[in-house]
Amino acid sequence: MTLEAVLVVAAALVAVGLYGALSQQVVVMVMMGLELMLNGVILAAGAVWWFLAPDPTGQVLLLVVVAAMTVEMAMGFAVATLLHRSRGTDMTDMAADLRR
Amino acid sequence: MSVPTDLGAAVGVAFWGLAVVAVAAGVAVFRVDSMARATYALAVSFVAVGAALLLVGLDYVGLVVVLMMVMEMAVMGVYMVMLMGMNPALMPMSMVHSGRRAAVLAAGTFVVLAAGALLVPWPERRGAPAPDTVAALGTALMESTMLVMLVVSPVMVATIVAGVALAVPRGRYDRLGDDLRRRPADDPQPGGVGR
Repeated sequence: MTLEAVLVVAAALVAVGLYGALSQQVVVMVMMGLELMLNGVILAAGAVWWFLAPDPTGQVLLLVVVAAMTVEMAMGFAVATLLHRSRGTDMTDMAADLRR
Repeated sequence: MSVPTDLGAAVGVAFWGLAVVAVAAGVAVFRVDSMARATYALAVSFVAVGAALLLVGLDYVGLVVVLMMVMEMAVMGVYMVMLMGMNPALMPMSMVHSGRRAAVLAAGTFVVLAAGALLVPWPERRGAPAPDTVAALGTALMESTMLVMLVVSPVMVATIVAGVALAVPRGRYDRLGDDLRRRPADDPQPGGVGR
């Protein structure tokens, strides 16, 4: 188990999440892609903490990432609810007219 | 003083097992024909990453990731059932757009990130982990990095307020008018005593 190995696994998680965030049509599935990307970020940050500078500050940074994840989920669910109420849909394609 | 960063063969085997589970479950999220199963797959991926964090001594963060994500995926499952309007365990589905382009972009991203991970000359480790990483984190949050917690807390409160403001069907301006002076309030179902 080396830093490089963990970072490659984290890169795989980020890439899979990116595929989901770009390709999925349902808002909640897009959110799952974003979550998977943040999952990779958490793993990479944890590995960097351990292998490069294992002082407590790195753990605090990880907590901030986890908090960002919480905010993303809460706002995503709120937007999904708003979208469903105003458009009657949960698909990103049908939310294009929100740009007006 | 040089600090050994090799965690031993058993930890290595455990890490690779968790890594395979995490990535395979992540792929399964977008491959299974059921939103409920996709939610479970994402939860499994998070649990595997949380366990991997435990391997490198991030006890608190690893446990928080596992506990938080299991609950979050439960909420996500409820949302899927609510929004999809169908039995999410039975309906086959393929709801993607630009799937090939997204796959190419994702593969390219993986190649770039993996190349960076493998080619960058990473520096030597500075310092050693505290004997009790949880206590060290708690001390840091209450002392040197307290500002982080002071910022995160109002952000969380703002998130709650913004989430309710976005999701609420009728806000105070709908009920009380643009200048908030409409009396009585325009409620579809009047409430209270004597109204």
